[in-house]
Amino acid sequence: MSETLTMTRDAPMPWENRPVLKVEHVFMRFGGLIAVNDLSFSVGRGDITALIGPNGAGKTTVFNCITGFYKPTQGMLRLEHADGSTFLLERMPDFKISAKAKVARTFQNIRLFSGMTLLENLLVAQHNTLMLASGMTILGVLGLPGYRNAERKAVEKAKYWLEKTGLTARADDPAGDLPYGAQRRLEIARAMCTEPELLCLDEPAAGLNPRESAELNALLLGIRETEKTSILLIEHDMSVVMEISDHVIVLEYGTKIADGSPTEVRNDPRVIAAYLGVDDEEVEVVEETLDEIIEGAAT
Amino acid sequence: MADAIAKRHGPDMSAAVKDALLSGLIALGLFGPLVGLRTEQNMRNELVVQGRWGLLASVIGVIVVGRFLLLTLVWPAMAARKERAGPASETPSAVRQAVSRWFAPTSLVFLFLYPVIIVSLLGFQGSLKWVDNFGIQILIYVMLGWGLNIVVGLAGLLDLGYVAFYAVGAYSYALLSSHFGLSFWILLPMAGIFAALWGILLGFPVLRLRGDYLAIVTLAFGEIIRLVLINWRELTNGSSGISSIPKITLFGIKFDASPDGFAKIMDLPISSAYYKIFLYYLILLLALLTAFVTIRLRKLPVGRAWEALREDEIACRSLGINTTNTKLTAFALGAMFAGFAGSFFAARQGFVSPESFTFMESAIIVAIVVLGGMGSMVGVALAAVAMIGGTELLRELAFLKTIFGDNFNPDQFRMLIFGLAMVGIMIWKPRGFVSSREPTIFLAERKTISGSLVKEGHG
Repeated sequence: MSETLTMTRDAPMPWENRPVLKVEHVFMRFGGLIAVNDLSFSVGRGDITALIGPNGAGKTTVFNCITGFYKPTQGMLRLEHADGSTFLLERMPDFKISAKAKVARTFQNIRLFSGMTLLENLLVAQHNTLMLASGMTILGVLGLPGYRNAERKAVEKAKYWLEKTGLTARADDPAGDLPYGAQRRLEIARAMCTEPELLCLDEPAAGLNPRESAELNALLLGIRETEKTSILLIEHDMSVVMEISDHVIVLEYGTKIADGSPTEVRNDPRVIAAYLGVDDEEVEVVEETLDEIIEGAAT
Repeated sequence: MADAIAKRHGPDMSAAVKDALLSGLIALGLFGPLVGLRTEQNMRNELVVQGRWGLLASVIGVIVVGRFLLLTLVWPAMAARKERAGPASETPSAVRQAVSRWFAPTSLVFLFLYPVIIVSLLGFQGSLKWVDNFGIQILIYVMLGWGLNIVVGLAGLLDLGYVAFYAVGAYSYALLSSHFGLSFWILLPMAGIFAALWGILLGFPVLRLRGDYLAIVTLAFGEIIRLVLINWRELTNGSSGISSIPKITLFGIKFDASPDGFAKIMDLPISSAYYKIFLYYLILLLALLTAFVTIRLRKLPVGRAWEALREDEIACRSLGINTTNTKLTAFALGAMFAGFAGSFFAARQGFVSPESFTFMESAIIVAIVVLGGMGSMVGVALAAVAMIGGTELLRELAFLKTIFGDNFNPDQFRMLIFGLAMVGIMIWKPRGFVSSREPTIFLAERKTISGSLVKEGHG
């Protein structure tokens, strides 16, 4: 159904034009279980792209493939920077995907360094830059000024992100002491400190109240505006998905069932069926009636 | 309310007597067979039961009286103090802060003055025991504790075979100095480098392991090194060890009775105390080097990466940190300091044998780090003083023989006391002496981080 929709369009979708990430025919098998089944999609440059689907649809598996925590069984993940350099993510170890290909991520169950302060969390995120500046530690131990300057810059950047996420007042508190919503924001700030080209957020609004959710929307829109970072997010909270995303991809049982703008996806009968749980026969009925309506509109 | 009034009017005497007598009865049941009866073989190889009723009576007497005193005096006093100190317990942080602020510098000054104080009190000859058995011995373990602290405390990798690197350092110095006549000052860094290489060698296969599995493999590595030292007779002289290892010289000046020795040059009476005092300052400087490097590294990206690794390895990888290299640097650096300490140990003893590098040593060093509070320099130093100084003090308790008879050897109770101390500390201070963490950098205000938030690492 969604394919018929896309095919009826003449012009290519805007996110197909030089996408920052192109996922092509990715499969992920765990023994006999196919978690991701022939998945292809593009993440548009500068877009906020949402990956949605019912629980167990394989969204987090896709994330883990993109960020290198899993190696896809089959398929290609192509990341292209604004300057044109391209990376094949399926061939890179996980830490290089962050360090070289500049893909940052957050986790569904927050993974902060809870015993370290907020500032330290943000400095750990700038590890590679600081490591170079400290001359692989040797110059740093001797206390040469080059490292001190680099550290000052790193602290400035950390301050910038603390400011953006509204956490400046708590910079010297341990991350584990923060309330839940603030921990979510700090995780985003930490990911942004790695200066990513693509930011992957795994359920950033989970457990947030409506006000915090709205703040998160503003933060993400701000990141897209000022940092020009493309964002790929998994989300269940439809208010976030529909309000801020430019492009929505729907997964069910590891297969893509819809791909389009939020309004298109919202009205897709298969998406409605996947979310509201319609019987298979009813899906066909709904599809047929919709087909008839579309045909009627065309003639 | 009525309860509180009763407390103020003093404890219930008759209840306390009843309780104490009951404890005596239980003690009789327990200790009657354990202490009261003893079997011995007579001339015809028969077992004869002997009663030790006097001893039994004294044990039970102590328990009854102790229980009574506990009920009537100690616990009420403690409860009263708690009541009085209840609301005020928030304020002593000022004293605490002052203590934690001034403790390190004061103890540093004390450590530098320690030999001077001892010598002025006891003279050169009398100072030997206190400088050597206490000073040097404790400082070696402080250094080992600080070295292992990098691996266990900062990076959160449980290493139960740390003594292997200590052995590598000791044997490097022993073999290279006795075969090639190289000086200590050349071999000290070399021993560190060798040990670091072995650290990397061990690091590679164990990088994929976590938690219990890592601990077991490192334990096995420690045993492998010891068994190689025992069995590679041609090189290491097996379990009889290497003896007459050259002593350390100070700018070529020997510490012996020869005409160009230290005592003659300085025109002092001949004594072995000068060498010991020299060794004391040397190990103090080596330990302080360990501390300095560790403190420095904690504020550098590599140190923060170690701590981040301890907190969450997956998050580290998602931030582009090469966890393999990070773990290897922790292993290598920890091993390097063990190597330094090992070469010092060999030079100080003049003799090394595999006996000195048993699992027991690793266990003691790990215990020092855990007891001190993982990651805390001051805590680890305190724990080393308590553990090593404590066992050395046991040797000083010979007067106990007059009470318990000539067969009593306080040294043999070392493990028992260790065990009890560990259980006690784990009950009262489950995260070690110093459980809080000092942040490495701050924007506005340095706040210590409660130990409950800091993770212990998962291997």
